[in-house]
Parts: sequence; structure tokens; C-alpha cells
Amino acid sequence: MDSTLCIAIVLCPLLASLVAGLGGRLVGRTGAHTVTIAGVAASCVLSLLVLRDQLAPGAEPFNETVYTWLVTDGVRMQVGFLVDHLTALMMVVVTFVSLMVHIYTIGYMHDDPGYQRFFSYISLFTFAMLMLVMANNFMQLFFGWEGVGLVSYLLIGFWYTRPTAIFASLKAFMVNRVGDFGFIIGIAVVLGYTGSLDYQQVFAQAASLQGRQIEIFSGMPWSVATVACLALFVGAMAKSAQMPLHAWLPDSMEGPTPISALIHAATMVTAGVFMVARMSPLFEQSQTALTVVLVIGATTALLTGFIGVVQNDIKRVVAYSTLSQLGYMTTALGASAYAAGIFHLMTHAFFKALLFLAAGSVIVALHHEQDIRKMGGLRRHMPVTYWTSLAGSLALIGFPGFSGFFSKDAIIEAVGLATIPGARYAFVCLMIGVFVTALYSFRMFFLVFHGEERLDEEARHHVHESPWVITLPLVLLAIPSVMIGWPLIGPVLFGGYFDGAILVTGEHDVLGEMGREFHGPGAFLLHGLSGLPLLLSLAGVAVAWYAYLRNPALPDLVRRKAGGVYTLLVNKYYLDDFNEKILMRGAQGVGGLLWRIGDVVLIDGAVVNGSAQAVDWIAARVRRGQTGYLYHYAFAMIIGLAALLGWIVFRGA
Amino acid sequence: MLASGRSDAAAGARAYRWLALLAAVATFVASLPLWTQFDRTTAHMQFVERHAWIPAFRVEYFLGVDGFSMPLILLTTFLTPLVLIASWESVKLRQAQYFATFLILEGLMIGTFAALDALLFYVFWEAMLIPMFVIIGVWGGERRVYATVKFFLYTFLGSVFMLVALVYLYVRADSYSILDFHALPLSMTEQVWIFLAFLVAFAVIVPMWPVHTLLPDAHVEAPAGGSVILAAILLKMGGYGLLRFSLPVVPDASALLAPMVIGLSLVAIVYIGLVALVQQDMKKLIAYSSVAHMGFVTLGIFLAWAILGRTGDMPGIAMGITGGMVQMISHGFVSGALFFCMGVLYDRLHTRQIAAYGGVVNTMPHFAAFMVLFAMANVGLPGTSGFVGEFLVILASLQASFWYALLAATTLITSAGYTLWMIKRVVFGPVANDGVAGLHDINGREFLVLGLLAASVLALGLWPAPLVEVMSASVDHLVSHILQSKL
Repeated sequence: MDSTLCIAIVLCPLLASLVAGLGGRLVGRTGAHTVTIAGVAASCVLSLLVLRDQLAPGAEPFNETVYTWLVTDGVRMQVGFLVDHLTALMMVVVTFVSLMVHIYTIGYMHDDPGYQRFFSYISLFTFAMLMLVMANNFMQLFFGWEGVGLVSYLLIGFWYTRPTAIFASLKAFMVNRVGDFGFIIGIAVVLGYTGSLDYQQVFAQAASLQGRQIEIFSGMPWSVATVACLALFVGAMAKSAQMPLHAWLPDSMEGPTPISALIHAATMVTAGVFMVARMSPLFEQSQTALTVVLVIGATTALLTGFIGVVQNDIKRVVAYSTLSQLGYMTTALGASAYAAGIFHLMTHAFFKALLFLAAGSVIVALHHEQDIRKMGGLRRHMPVTYWTSLAGSLALIGFPGFSGFFSKDAIIEAVGLATIPGARYAFVCLMIGVFVTALYSFRMFFLVFHGEERLDEEARHHVHESPWVITLPLVLLAIPSVMIGWPLIGPVLFGGYFDGAILVTGEHDVLGEMGREFHGPGAFLLHGLSGLPLLLSLAGVAVAWYAYLRNPALPDLVRRKAGGVYTLLVNKYYLDDFNEKILMRGAQGVGGLLWRIGDVVLIDGAVVNGSAQAVDWIAARVRRGQTGYLYHYAFAMIIGLAALLGWIVFRGA
Repeated sequence: MLASGRSDAAAGARAYRWLALLAAVATFVASLPLWTQFDRTTAHMQFVERHAWIPAFRVEYFLGVDGFSMPLILLTTFLTPLVLIASWESVKLRQAQYFATFLILEGLMIGTFAALDALLFYVFWEAMLIPMFVIIGVWGGERRVYATVKFFLYTFLGSVFMLVALVYLYVRADSYSILDFHALPLSMTEQVWIFLAFLVAFAVIVPMWPVHTLLPDAHVEAPAGGSVILAAILLKMGGYGLLRFSLPVVPDASALLAPMVIGLSLVAIVYIGLVALVQQDMKKLIAYSSVAHMGFVTLGIFLAWAILGRTGDMPGIAMGITGGMVQMISHGFVSGALFFCMGVLYDRLHTRQIAAYGGVVNTMPHFAAFMVLFAMANVGLPGTSGFVGEFLVILASLQASFWYALLAATTLITSAGYTLWMIKRVVFGPVANDGVAGLHDINGREFLVLGLLAASVLALGLWPAPLVEVMSASVDHLVSHILQSKL
């Protein structure tokens, strides 16, 4: 393999995006979707070839520079590609899900006037995401990082006449910028203490960072590794929507559903998880950073899951589920089970994209109805969507044998084995989270597909199974959602797949410990059947079934009894209010004060115009001396002369 | 090199416009060899022209360029034709004189960048301000007189101090050559006074906090073309002056007072970032954003001694200065483009108030695409030119202090806040009123101007190496020069 192949993989979607975006009118609707699908399909096929090459025995990671971005101060900042097992896996996931979403979009955006623009954006996204995962240095990582943020901004605000959509897009960009603020400082620390932005050179010096110290507050030296990792993780928190920087993700559902699946579930939001795994040589140097990652991930997994239970918008339920699952991945990273985090990232990419696209299929069928209280009984009308949704939901709750079972159980077990501070807390959060996941997933599933039909008149006439361009991606995504866990858990987690790409130091190696006990997927499955997580998730499904199908009065009763908790959840722990009323208004208030007091009153008022007035005032006083009478002037001269003579005489004396 | 074509008002079919454009384009073409034939390996002055001018005082007509001045000259010759094209129809009053003024201004700005004789530099500097006053004072908005007087007093007061410093240096060096000033040993007291005199002159034009308030007023009142030149080129005189005079002539005083300049730069970045957030006038918002972005220029230039003081080593110093330079060029493109965009909107609705717009994308989709691109460049998105300078300066400032980097990096949040909030209110949303509903999209002429600027912004963002390369020898030379004490 050579760099031409990598360049082709990233440029195919970019060129397709330019054609569809700049020449949209010229190529027309068919032209736009043909060229972008061809571009992404080419990327996908080439990525599969790359993966095959990487899997060949004795294959070396590919690391090559394409061009030098700039050289200053002896630091070469370059654009180049690093392809190892981790990258190859991400490339396949990204391009495959992207391809499915491209095809699906033909059906979903069929009537939209911004058809070509949409295809241009999602192809551009694929380009940026590939640049992110294939980067071999921090500068390019940041390029991809902000690039996907830009496309996310454009796509959330895709329907730009909707005030809620453009507010959500601005919010997403701002929150991500807070993350990037940390991220760029992390990059600066890395460069400052290693003298390079190149992964290989930085990682080679990683061990030395732990010993070096940086004094942010005088008298409190911190390990450089800790500072760098925490700053980088702030970036990951925003991108991967970890609390408290998660608030933008639910609002991002204002965007069209295909991008919710692609960007806000399967790929972009997992960039933070990928980044931490990529930086494992750095994170392994700081126990403090790992603990922070662990605690934040576990807290997010649990608390956002709770909110998911009280949501009524079908997309928002799936969005909160995404937040919660991202929390699981992050927790895995904190426990140094990077491979498990990436494995869950992969399975989640398939089943969550599937769930979103299925939700989109329902939304289209009901003529853009998104409230699950107005659905029900759709099983009869939409069989393909029903069965694929069931597959996705079972994968999500970790039903034995489904892909999500293997990846999630691996995370829970790894966290259970971890010994770093906070691991017990995280373990408990994840366990409760299993129950909550099953509860909200099947609450939604039952309310949408089972029970009585609560559709309004218009929707009832309209309801039908979606066309093949929508159902085909559902089926193609359902296959890996169900199947990939069994064959891949062995090689990916315990077979040394990530050797060389992910580094785990000895005492943190929980997956290694699990690997010694691992006797094939069958044994793992049997072990899972007797475990607590399975019981908890079955309990969740059972509660959902009882509360929403068997005894629909129950939820109301609970709501009345637990009013305070319910209000807290519906208001999302008041974090949005805090962001908007304290942070946003606060910044505006401070800005307003600085402007009105600092600029207008003090600088312009007192100093600038004040000095002008002072000149006026002095001039007015001095002018009175100019009377025009000769004897006034003569008198003044005499006084002056007397004073001067007096001074000379007295000085002489 | 000095081609200031002067087109007198030709009567008839407005041939003067084509004449002026021809002159500007010819100047640009004539300036291209500066780039292609530039020797990138040396910090010596190139393309030198040296003739006696006033022999009694040893004043010379002495021009030449190095890695600092050459990119700024090209920026000038590139932007001037675009300004003329942009003003093709929007100026109604005395259009011939308007075009002529811009050509005169261009010639004087090139002269300022190229002058290597201090008195010649001063003459160009002062002379250059006059067409700028005229542009604001004649073709400006309602409060143009206030703005012009304020602009005049600020810049004139600043340059008087500079003149005193230059004359003092002449007396000490017995020469007006700036290169002789560089080699002149000076005591600390002398250096501090000279430094302060220079700082007043250059800080006003950068502009640095707290002498920045001339800029919002000047921008708001200036016509679109005037704003473009003011933001894109005139402000760069300040940064250029610091690099050409303050650092090399008085390095010890620069070292002593660097913490003050760094402090003022950080105030500019943080304070102005917040102030920009609450502006209701689009031009004022972009003007404040300019002040914040120029803060990166002064920060990058003065980091040197903070880095040396902390690490006792050189890495990072050249990166800071390079970052400052790249930021100047990039800001030329980005702020210029944004002021063009403001002009496009103002031509149509005759208001600069954010509240008067909303949903422009519905009626002007091409314009909206450009506007969002330039907004993203203003936000410093990687891939656009706005990222390069800020990135380098933030990286370099961490070498000096974690806190410098932290405060500088707040621009990621504030710039996104003020820029995109404006975009949200102006560009996106449903059509806000009849005015917006009646807008027509940009024509071919406007498309050409914005397209060329967009190409520049992307080219510099995706591949800044060529620009950095032409500067590197001069940057390295400056670094080694300023680290040698003159005491």
C-alpha cells in the first residue's frame, strides 16, 4: 500500500462533495446522489482493501507524509497518514455507515429543496472524518476535528429557516469550541514538552512526560502527562458529548435524521473516544487523567440514560441513548480497556445508525410525526422497520448473542476488574445503566410498534412501509448489528489486534487479565447468561412491557408520586438553563459592561473626549488673558521682568 | 516598484474606472517578481534602490524589501484592484477622485513598507494617512467628521513621537538608514524612551488596547472600500513597525517592556472578544474582532523574551514571530473579505444594524455561502488562513507561560460566539422583513471579488508553507539580532 491509496480514499468523498455542492444545479438531483454515492462507495471499497492488507500476516503500519504544511522553528508540521489496525477499523466503519446513510438519504430527503446541498455536506463530512482518523499528527487531527464540527454545524442548521435548528447549530458549535479550547491547549502542551506534533515522535517520548512537571499554580507542580491528557480530554468531552459538555447533542436532533445517524450517533461523536484510544501512550502515563475519564464516562452513562426514560420525541430517546452509550465507551477508556471501548464504538456505530434510520423510517411514514405518544401498533404497517428495529434494540440492551452484548459485557467486566480510583463507582453506574438502557429502549419500542394505534387522522392515511432505498440500509445495518460480536470479540479484544496501535501498561491491563480467562465467544456467552447484567436488562424490558403495554396507567402514577425527580429529569438537570442563563447571559453581560463602561465611558468618554474638553476648557481660560488692552500686556511684562530680576538677584546672593 | 498611477477624471463613459483598474492590476503584475525572484535564503534587503535625496542631512531615497515587507507589499497590490472592483458601482459621489485617492494611497502604502531610510519612511507614513482621512471624511457616513478628527488626532499624535525618536536616532547614528539604526548601540534609558515613542505610534495603528477606540468609529463611518484598506493593510503598518523598528533598534527596552505589551495583547484578545459579543452594528463587530485578532500579532512578536526567560532556550521564539506575521497576512484577507461583505449588504439595504437583517440566505444564497466561509476563517477554523497564525501563536505562547496560552486560546470560544451569533441573526432564519425579501444575490463583479478572496483564504490555510518560507530567513535573522544586547 502507498500514500496514493490513502489520498484516493480521502479525496473521493471530497471531490464528490465539491461536484454536488458547487455544481449542484448542473448535475441535478440524480447527478448529485450518483456522484457522492460513487465517491463514498469507492472510499469504502478501498478502505476494505486497506483493512485486508493490514490483516495480512507481517503487515506493518503505514506511516507517510504527503506534504509539509509549514516549517517553523525546526518544527515540521505535516499532512500525512498513519494507517494501522485501529485506523483501518475506523475507516471501514466510517465509510460503510456513510455509504448506508447516503443511500438512505435518497429516500429520506426526496422532497427536500436542499437535496444536492445535503449530499455535498455528508460527503464533505466523510472527508473530514477520514482526515481525522487517518491523521499521523496532531495538527491534522485538529483539522479533521474542527472539520467534522463545521459540517455538523451546517447540517444541524440544514433547515435554516427553523429558529430552533439554527439555535441548535450555534449551540453545538459553541460547546464544541469549549472543547477545542481545551484540545488546542493539550496540543500546545504536547508540542511544548516534546518538540513535535508527529504521533510517532510524541509517543516515543511519552514516558518522559510523566516525570516532567509544569507549575500552573505556583507551588503546585503537576505532571505534564496529566495536564496534557486532561486538556485533550476536554476536547473529547465536547466532541463525544460527555457531561457537562453534552448538552448540544440532544438539540442536534433538529437536523435531518440521516445525519443524526451518521454524525451524531455512529461516527463524529465517537471521535473523542477514538482520539483517547489513539493517545493511549499518553493517557497511560497519567493515572489521574484515567480516573477523570472513568468517572466522567460512568456519570454520563447513567445520568443521561435516566433522561432518556422521560423523553417523548423518538429521536431524542435515541439521542439520549447515544449519550449513555458514549459514556460506556468513555468508561472503558478510563479503565484502560481501550480495545473494548473501540469494539463498542464499532458495534454501536452499526446498531445506533440502524436505530436512527429506523426512527427516520417511522418519521417519514407518519408524515414527520416524532412524538411516540402519537404512534403505536406500527408493527403491522411496517414489518421491515419493525424487525430491524427489534434487532437494533436487542443489540443496544446487550441481549445475549447480539453484537452489543459482547462489547458491553466486555466493558462492564473490564471496569469490574479495574483497580484505579473510581472504578467501583463506575462499575455500579454501568450496572444500573444496563437496567435503564433496557427500560428506555423498550419503552420506545413498545410505544412505537406495539399496543393500540394512537395515530392522528392524517398519519393514519399516510402510514406505509418505506421504499427500498430506506429499508435496504436498515437490513444491511441489521446484519452487522446482530452478527459481528461473536466472530470479532476474540481477535479484537484478546487476539492482540490492537498491538502496536494501542498501548496499555502492565498494571492497567484489565483486558489482558480477561484474555487469560477467555475461552472463545461461546464460553463468553455462557458466562454472560448467568451474569447480573443480563438479569438487569431483562428486568428493564419487563418493566417497560408492564408499564407501557400491560398497565399504561402506571407511568402517570409514578410521575405523580415522584414529581420532583420527574421535573428534574424533564428539565435535564437544569444544565441547559445554567448554560443559557448563567454562561451565555453572563458573557454577554460582561461584554456589555466592558463596552459601555470601559470603552464608551472611560476610554472614549473620560480620556479621549475628556482630553478634548480639557483643551477646550484651558483654552477658554487662557483666552480671557488676551484682552487686547495694551496696559494689561505692559503690566504683565513688568511683573515678569521683576520676577526674573528677583530670581537672578536672590540666586546670586 | 512605486507605481501610483494617477487617473484624472476623464470625462465621458467613465473611462477613468478602467484606467484606474488597469493601473492597479499593472501594479500587481509588476509586484509579482518580488515573489518569484525573491531569494529565500537570505535576510538581506533585496531589490534595493538607493539614491541621494537631501545630501545635506544624508537623507536618501532608499528602498528594499525583506521577508517581512515583501508579503505585505504583495498583500497591498493584490487587494487594491479588488477594492476598485468592489467600488465600481457603489460610490456615487466624485467617483473619479475616489479611485484616484485609492491609487495614491496604494503607492504611499507600498512606499511605507519598502522604505529603508527613516525620514523617507516617515514621509510615506504621514502622507499615507492623508488619503485615508479624505476617504473617511468625504465618502464616509453620517458621523464622518467626528471619526476623521479622532482618527487624525490619534495617528498624528502617535507619529509625532515617532518623528522625535527618528530624529534622535539620526543624531546618534549620523544617518537616516534604518539598517544603521539596527546596528547602533544605545543605553537603556535611551532605549526605553525610544521604545515608548515607537510604541505610541504603532500601538495606535495596530490598534492595541486601550488606544483602540478610533478603529470602530473609523470603520463604521468609512465607505466599504476604505474599511477594507484600513483593516486589511493600514493596521499592518503597526505590526510591521514593531518588527522593523522597535525590536531590532531597541531590543533591550523591548525585552524590559515585553511583559507590558504581552499584557495589553492578552487584554485585547479577552476583553475585546467579549465587547464584540454585544455589538449591534455589523461593522463595529468586525472592527472589534480586528482588534482582538491583531492582539495575536503583538502577542506573537513579543513572546520572545518571555520564552527566553522561562525556558532559557530559543524554540518557540521564531514560531511566535512567524505566527504574528502570518496572522497579519491572513487578517488582511479575512477582515478585508468581511468588510466587503458588509459593503455588499450596505449597498442593498443601507443599514449596518444586525437587527435589520435575518434570513439573508433565502434571497442571497451565493452571498451567504461566502459569508459563512469568511466567518469560519474569522473563527480560525483549520483549513482557512485564520487558523495558521492563531495556532502558531498559541503554541508559542505555551512555551512562555501556560496562562498566556490559556488566555490566548479563549479566542476559540469568543470569536465563535460573536462571529457565528452574527451569522445566525443576519444570514440564517426565515426572511425577516420586506427589505430582506427584496434582496438580489451578488452579481458577477461581486462574485469575482469574493471568490478571489475565498481562494486566498483557503490556499493560505491549506498550504501556508510558501509564505512561511519567504519569511523564515528574516525571522531567524531578527531572532538572533534581538537576543544580542545593545548595551
